[in-house]
Amino acid sequence: MGKMHITTRINGDDTEFLCDADESLLDVLRDRLGLTGAKEGCGTGDCGACSIVVDGRAVCSCLMLGAEAQDRDINTIEGMAEGEHLHPLQRKFLEHAALQCGICTPGILVTAKNLLERNPDPTETEIRYWLAGNLCRCTGYDKIVRAVQDAAAEMRGA
Amino acid sequence: MALDEFDSENRIFSAVGTRPVRPDGIDKVTGKAMFGADISAPGMLHGAILRSPHAHAVIRSIDTSAAEALSEVKAVVTRADFTSPVSRGNIDVLENCMAGEKVLYDGHAVAAVAATSAHAAKKALRLIRVDYVVLPHVTDVDAAMQPDAPVIAGDEIKVEGHSANVMSRCEFGHGDLEAGFAEADIVMEKSFRTAATHQGYIEPHACLASLGADGRGELWCCTQGHFVARNICADMLGIDSTQLRVVASEIGGGFGGKTTVFIEPVALALSRKTNRPVKIVMPREDVFRATGPTASSSMDVKIGMKRDGTMTAGQAVLRMQGGAFPGSPVDMAAMCAFAPYALENVSAVGYDVICNRPKQAAYRAPGSPMACFAVESVVDMLCNELGLDPFEVRLKNGSREGTRASYGPKWPRIGLMETLDAARAHPMVEAELGPNQGRGISCGFWFNHGGETSVTLSLSQDGTVALQVGTPDIGGSRASMSMMAAEELGIPYEKVRTTVADTASLGYNDVSHGSRVTYASGLATIKAARDAKKKLCQRAAKIWGIDEDAVDWQDGQAVPAGHNAGGHDPLPFAKLCKTMGRTGGPVSGHFEATPEGAGVSFATHVVDAEVDPETGATKILRYLVVQDAGKAIHPSYVEGQFQGGAAQGIGWALNEEYIYGEDGRLQNAGFLDYRIPVASDLPMIDTEIVEVPNPGHPYGVRGVGETSICPPLAAIANAVSNAAGVRMTELPMSPPRILKALDDA
Amino acid sequence: MRFEAPSTVDGAVALLAAEDGITRVLAGGTDVMVQLKSGMVEPDLIVDIKRIPGMFDIVEDDGGFRIGAAVPGAMLGEHEGVSRAWPGVVEALGLVGSTQIQSRATLGGNLCNASPAADSVPAMIAAAAVARVHGPDGVRDVPAEEIATAPGKTSLARGEMVGSIFLPARPANASDAYLRFIPRTEMDIAVVGAGVSLVMDGDTVAQARVALGAVAPTARLVPDAADALIGRTVAAAEDDLKAAASAACAPINDKRGTIEFRTRVAGVLAVRAAHIAAKRAGA
Repeated sequence: MGKMHITTRINGDDTEFLCDADESLLDVLRDRLGLTGAKEGCGTGDCGACSIVVDGRAVCSCLMLGAEAQDRDINTIEGMAEGEHLHPLQRKFLEHAALQCGICTPGILVTAKNLLERNPDPTETEIRYWLAGNLCRCTGYDKIVRAVQDAAAEMRGA
Repeated sequence: MALDEFDSENRIFSAVGTRPVRPDGIDKVTGKAMFGADISAPGMLHGAILRSPHAHAVIRSIDTSAAEALSEVKAVVTRADFTSPVSRGNIDVLENCMAGEKVLYDGHAVAAVAATSAHAAKKALRLIRVDYVVLPHVTDVDAAMQPDAPVIAGDEIKVEGHSANVMSRCEFGHGDLEAGFAEADIVMEKSFRTAATHQGYIEPHACLASLGADGRGELWCCTQGHFVARNICADMLGIDSTQLRVVASEIGGGFGGKTTVFIEPVALALSRKTNRPVKIVMPREDVFRATGPTASSSMDVKIGMKRDGTMTAGQAVLRMQGGAFPGSPVDMAAMCAFAPYALENVSAVGYDVICNRPKQAAYRAPGSPMACFAVESVVDMLCNELGLDPFEVRLKNGSREGTRASYGPKWPRIGLMETLDAARAHPMVEAELGPNQGRGISCGFWFNHGGETSVTLSLSQDGTVALQVGTPDIGGSRASMSMMAAEELGIPYEKVRTTVADTASLGYNDVSHGSRVTYASGLATIKAARDAKKKLCQRAAKIWGIDEDAVDWQDGQAVPAGHNAGGHDPLPFAKLCKTMGRTGGPVSGHFEATPEGAGVSFATHVVDAEVDPETGATKILRYLVVQDAGKAIHPSYVEGQFQGGAAQGIGWALNEEYIYGEDGRLQNAGFLDYRIPVASDLPMIDTEIVEVPNPGHPYGVRGVGETSICPPLAAIANAVSNAAGVRMTELPMSPPRILKALDDA
Repeated sequence: MRFEAPSTVDGAVALLAAEDGITRVLAGGTDVMVQLKSGMVEPDLIVDIKRIPGMFDIVEDDGGFRIGAAVPGAMLGEHEGVSRAWPGVVEALGLVGSTQIQSRATLGGNLCNASPAADSVPAMIAAAAVARVHGPDGVRDVPAEEIATAPGKTSLARGEMVGSIFLPARPANASDAYLRFIPRTEMDIAVVGAGVSLVMDGDTVAQARVALGAVAPTARLVPDAADALIGRTVAAAEDDLKAAASAACAPINDKRGTIEFRTRVAGVLAVRAAHIAAKRAGA
């Protein structure tokens, strides 16, 4: 079986790739496109480390086929900062020490950004439930939640 | 000022105690940071490992011919491709990485392939035929100790009265137990059990290996200790350790579980056989089935108390299984069990048991959380029975400077009392409890460790510093190392770049474990900075033409001292760096030693929980961690360690467990059913850092990473038991267990 | 494996019918992808239905709602009309997995995956939802409770696929609710699930449907539990409802829960869900 030829848009760039029919989008991003910011923590949608945004919605890229990406608009952690300027969430994660090992961080940032685009003033509970699919084993989530709250406040003020 | 004095008490810090952004921060929030699985090499092959579906079986034969016949498959390895290790300790590690004559647990590796794609490698595994003779198995610690239990490794009885699976017995304590219990007004005795739990790091093990037939190689892996990984791998492959250069990637969590090797020697063997780089990334299922969880335990604790709350005696019998190999942390559990209490009559006995489960690996304060759960539960029962305040009882009986530890030594300066005082004064303790709510408190203890340590601190002409450490950064340690170097040299934090050096670039370092990094690598950094300062003072003396002893280092510059004071303009650090080529050549500071002064750490946790009496569900309402950090270098990361330990403890207490079926196979090898806490499970976790300086570190640092997981199991069990009105003695306190306990009450 | 993304339902049906090997319909893929990853199934053909026009539509139909088979939980939750009429169905699908899963997981997928513990299925059964099944022999409407026949097995024939789910019209004073028990607050598979749909007459239950999940090989409608409610207030029916729900359970012991626990908690959740549904219906 030959490979599939897919054209799509990733972080605003027109992108094309070849993939196997049963290849996950995560494997395509990491192994074919060199976008290793999305991580594989489980491969079964339970940890959220591979989170990306497809057509405005956060998804686990391990639970999507590369072939499904045809004509989609995809955003990954690699597209989050604008040039040398970090996104407020990225900055606040650093200021609040909201990461220890950092493996879950790209997935959490991508998912949190998706939240703030929909809800600029989420409560602590809303943040916790929105991020419930993003496992972090290091922090106990406390500083992550505070960083999201602080970034939201800054973005509302801006 | 002398260059090597311990001056933590009165020192006014400038960099230490601030909260700068970590040096690896931008890489980690932009996706650039390179973790174990994020690297590739030209010509790279993909490795995959075949694992046993049986809990216990003899391997009669392995037929790899069909797999090897696939054109995409470039090599298959089995145990025959490894060298018998020279080091006794590595024999079990090899046996665990690749089974020999028998498979000892579900998930035990039996063969591995390297193929041109991960997909082909996976396909090839299904073509390998292993002929097994299945043997009876045992996965429960108490069952494994029974005289008629299936025997896992040799029939020789090591401890009389038990099966051959009991590998050793240890005992700690002092005094006269019988007399102590006789003095008590009440003696409480209870049995407890805890399930095995996994470290649950989000990053699966991953490595990229390249090894030639000449025994020279490169290894990239996510590890807590690349020097140790190097030595173990070299031993298993029969090569010289220094011919293998190991680079530690960014590491996506370890918590003790990445202190040994699992896939690295396999990737190296495949690489040697193919002369191509080989990458192995462990599937999550394999991480659960085949990498180290911690021990499960079965424990009996008996404590005597007078009506006024004075504890008269304490006794613990602890049984732990650490998988199919000896080495459960029961000895450390026995040492930690009564550590928070100054007891005249105390005994803790431990049994190390093997059974058909994966080889345990260290997990954050190995052994201590379980023992603490049992002892602190009984203390809580006594407080309830006698109507005593749990803080008062702990303050009355708690360990302090000069009292004798249950495992032998007299305590030096320690901070247990300070954590109890701070916890009792915290506003959380004032919060009113509603129906079905309960409060639990617990103290906890961990030793902390020093270990072999080397660092090099190199100065650059522009007045900046390159600091090389050999302890992988598992939680922000590059920031704290840079801070200590900056503090010592009197230069800005930003002027120091700390990297984790590869094994060819620095002397040996033990793994990042035992909460040792900020203590030992930090001490080494300070000493190396002092070494560099001494050399800079020599340069200044040379420039000024005065005696070396007549130069002091003050506020980041060399100044003439004694009768030369004021005789020359001070020479700032940057200026000395700029001219070093002309004053004697490059300057570097070094430190190589095994520091022995790691200060122990105590903590007190308070938790409020609510139990739904109709479903047995528990909600954690409030959580407070108070812990002695000695000196917090970067307080945010100290708080992070406190919070992370508490969160892992909450998971362990309520939901996490290895579940084995009748067939001896692991039933929940994934994050769906191995339930670590998610964001919506937890409240904010309040922290309070207590600083009782450790005299064994120049700035007073005590390790903080592990103590934070010691009290939670007991604190939560006490809170849940008080909320439900029934004593919970088995972890996890899953809803079915709580509902059943309510029914049985 | 072959991947196809046809642009019509007929095209999808033709592809599925023509394939002799193993086929999978791909909507949200949150179950299919896990099966692929684990090697549990190796399909010869995957048919992605998301390129078919209408699959993401929610349309008012005969007073009720017809929900396209690719509509994910997040989109259903954002639909005001459905959320008002069938909050229990919406919350049930909304409980499936994480934010990321909600971007993809569908009612049809949850139904056709045929897990006994699927959250939206008891809610759909209680709601008397009907799946529209397209196949080589045309279109048929199948009640939700008749899709799953055993764990992982459905009544769909070769070449058939679910194209939409129909939620019927709601009278005034009617509502529904779904509750499940999980050990954590999110990310778990239901240990027990209970869906209750009520039509109220003041404080009294006029009509009721009660369905339970994770207590039998398939989610099941429990008429005795509905009978316990009809003609009474929920408060008055509590004990009988609890007993009827528990009596309908035939669960197993597994890593997620015990027989005892499931049986007992099924009654607890049925009562709690009935109170919520009644309150929502204005009682």
